[in-house]
Amino acid sequence: MADMASMLDVSVWRGAGEGRFVSYPVPRRENQTVLDVVTYVQRRLDATLAYRFSCRVGMCGSCAMTVNGVARWTCRTHVGRVAKDGRLRIAPLRNMPVIKDLSVDMAGFFAKAARAKGAFRPTADRAADFAVIAPDSPRRRRADTAIECIGCGVCYASCDVVTWNPDYLGPAALNRAWTLVNDERDGGNRERLAAVAGDAGCHACHSHQSCMERCPKHLNPTESIAGLKRATGLAALAGKL
Amino acid sequence: MSARAETLLWLAQRISAMVLAVVVAVHIGTIIYAVQGGLTAQEIIGRVQGNTGWLAFYGVFVAAVAIHGPIGLRTILREMTPVPARLIDVAAAAFAVLLAWTGWQAAYGLYGFGGA
Repeated sequence: MADMASMLDVSVWRGAGEGRFVSYPVPRRENQTVLDVVTYVQRRLDATLAYRFSCRVGMCGSCAMTVNGVARWTCRTHVGRVAKDGRLRIAPLRNMPVIKDLSVDMAGFFAKAARAKGAFRPTADRAADFAVIAPDSPRRRRADTAIECIGCGVCYASCDVVTWNPDYLGPAALNRAWTLVNDERDGGNRERLAAVAGDAGCHACHSHQSCMERCPKHLNPTESIAGLKRATGLAALAGKL
Repeated sequence: MSARAETLLWLAQRISAMVLAVVVAVHIGTIIYAVQGGLTAQEIIGRVQGNTGWLAFYGVFVAAVAIHGPIGLRTILREMTPVPARLIDVAAAAFAVLLAWTGWQAAYGLYGFGGA
């Protein structure tokens, strides 16, 4: 199992806004993930290392970090795929303030989901019967393709528009808004479309598609944002924005 | 600027881009066709002078340019410079007026060249 003969050269960002990369030798093992490597450093080499994880199986979205320059979910990223030469450079996510080491403050990221009206607005109360929505209806399909977001922040950290316009809502929040725009049970679309329009919203997207390229769930937030551009355009023409 | 106004600007830029795709192709195609036998001012004037079709064509061309360019310029200035948004809006509007005025004047000038 363990291949103790080879070691990984792992450099990890230590500090907050100001800090530096510190090198740690970590034994290379089979089927080792980047999260395993970070956990090894924290448990065996330096207990003061701060990082965040929870489920370890790609569901919770808490372990995203910048691995060799690319934002990734570390629990599902095998070392063999990203460290061909045995080197790993692990940094916190971009576009979010660093709290300490590999932990970033995601409050602003989640606040933008709220600003994009990312909360479901029901149109029926609990006494109402189930809403019947055909699984193959166009709106249901569009919601389906965007719904699996786990809120890991990889797209947000990979987006250059977020970097140069910190007010920009970002791919995750806009993708979430798009799923609700397509939710037939939701009654908040007028406000939602107004919230996602404009130069801090969907119209700021340059369609670089880094979000799509990097999304670990293989979602396409760029497509969702394009959908929002169409929806806001039609709403503006109809005077409903 | 309101969400509706921003969205309408975005739509205007997209629609003007579609118009430009066609008129620029016709414009360049005509140039390539027209220079085959050498290029003279006389030939250009002979083609467009008094021709309502070409006047209408270049009238639409200038309108599309005057809508498309300033909106794009506004976005670039907002993203890339610290200039206040209000000032950028005024500058972009002034640029639109300048493009429309000079462009239409040129198109109309060629149409009526020589007092035709």
